[in-house]
Amino acid sequence: MHISEGVLSAPVLISGSALAAAGTVLGLRRLDLESIMPTALLSSAFFVASLVHVPIGPGSVHLVLSGLLGLTLGWACFPAILVGLFLQAVFFQFGGLTILGVNTVTMAAPAVLCCYLFRRWLDKPGTRPGAAFTAGFLSILLSSLLTALALAFSDEGFLAPAQTVIAANVPVMVIEGFITAFIVGFIAKVQPEILQLRSAS
Amino acid sequence: MRRGIHSVCPCASCRYAPAHTDGMGRRIRDPARAVMTFEQFSAGSSFLHQADPRCKLISAGVLSLIFALCQHSCTALAGLLLSLLLTAVARLHWAAVLRRLLLVNSFNLLLLLLLPLTYGGAETVRCIWFDLSLSGLRLAALITVKSNAAVLLFISLLSTSTVARLGQGLQALRLPQNLCLLLLFSYRYLGLIHEEFLRLRRAAALRCFLPGTNLHTYRTYGHLLGMVIVRSWNRAARVQQAMVLRGFSGAFRSLHVMELRRSDALLTGGLLLAAAGLLLLELAPA
Repeated sequence: MHISEGVLSAPVLISGSALAAAGTVLGLRRLDLESIMPTALLSSAFFVASLVHVPIGPGSVHLVLSGLLGLTLGWACFPAILVGLFLQAVFFQFGGLTILGVNTVTMAAPAVLCCYLFRRWLDKPGTRPGAAFTAGFLSILLSSLLTALALAFSDEGFLAPAQTVIAANVPVMVIEGFITAFIVGFIAKVQPEILQLRSAS
Repeated sequence: MRRGIHSVCPCASCRYAPAHTDGMGRRIRDPARAVMTFEQFSAGSSFLHQADPRCKLISAGVLSLIFALCQHSCTALAGLLLSLLLTAVARLHWAAVLRRLLLVNSFNLLLLLLLPLTYGGAETVRCIWFDLSLSGLRLAALITVKSNAAVLLFISLLSTSTVARLGQGLQALRLPQNLCLLLLFSYRYLGLIHEEFLRLRRAAALRCFLPGTNLHTYRTYGHLLGMVIVRSWNRAARVQQAMVLRGFSGAFRSLHVMELRRSDALLTGGLLLAAAGLLLLELAPA
């Protein structure tokens, strides 16, 4: 879901960077010295998850798990995703410096929204798988919509590539939904305090 | 599969030892080594490898802003030339750089295929069945040049430093302390967590797990990644306790003193001058 550098127009880049900066400041306010370490290790765990390629038909897609990151970290997922994207840019040159803000917003904003919408449904075992699946599905859906919007706002001629982005991400949404549901179920059984579940069952 | 060496040193590369031992044959405990597999370009001794990370961060920021926003093809081409020059100065493996460029250009290829067909505009060329839009083709070509220039700039200026040095540079440039700590810690444990994931996946493969497009694959990956997350959570708690025990107060005291040398100032000056030149080229009436 990365947009590469040199594609977007100045207004989109600037507004993306401003939103990302605001989100990061909000997220950093919720981090104290004690919660930095878990956040940092979770963000490297998610970086590792993004290296996992799940086969689909003849090809493969890589996981994002931004929905799960939102569910576990809340607003702190903004700096965590920013760090992850910076590391990806340094290691693999996906994305770049100027596009970092836009890419952060397209991935972190849906994650935060998922946290507000579905976080409370994780407490009850009955609604947990459904809520986790929807969070995983919706975060990718909204991320690809935001990416498409960023492309379309940059230049009207980008409408066709923007539609391609959304269409290409439909299988990713389903896979993310299932995997998020399984991960949440596993964590709820093994170590519920990661998700800060109220009724640990 | 765990080998004895691991109990001494957490790093992945020490197994292939001599290169990573000091003169006395002792293993070097260098946290940076654990993520060596990801940092392809940071090892080297060129002028750019040794330059101060602050200078490189500032010049990379300014230059990539100009690359991203320029609209004229001559500015973009001049930028690409500058990036090629910097890549040559960094003396990297051309094969590795080319592999990166191929990967990055997959999105550009999509644009090059789609935009001439869908962009429209006044100038079109009739080609068998389709109306190919010249302005779409021009835009896609401009984007390809710009993004390649940006990627080469990123490789030659930033990927030639380890993330540890970059984090130090960002800290010196007064970025929020917590953000820098987040970056440095996740960088530090990335290699270990990746190794943990690989170990679990190897265990799954030994039990005849073959990934496919089915629910069993998603359940297995879900539980596997869940285990990775649980382990990183517990590792975080242990590291946190160890750091508090050693009096960590939120600031790293580095043994590596950062001081600006004359060559760093010259590099930044030269690159900023080049940026100004590109800006003039962009703003000059065609």
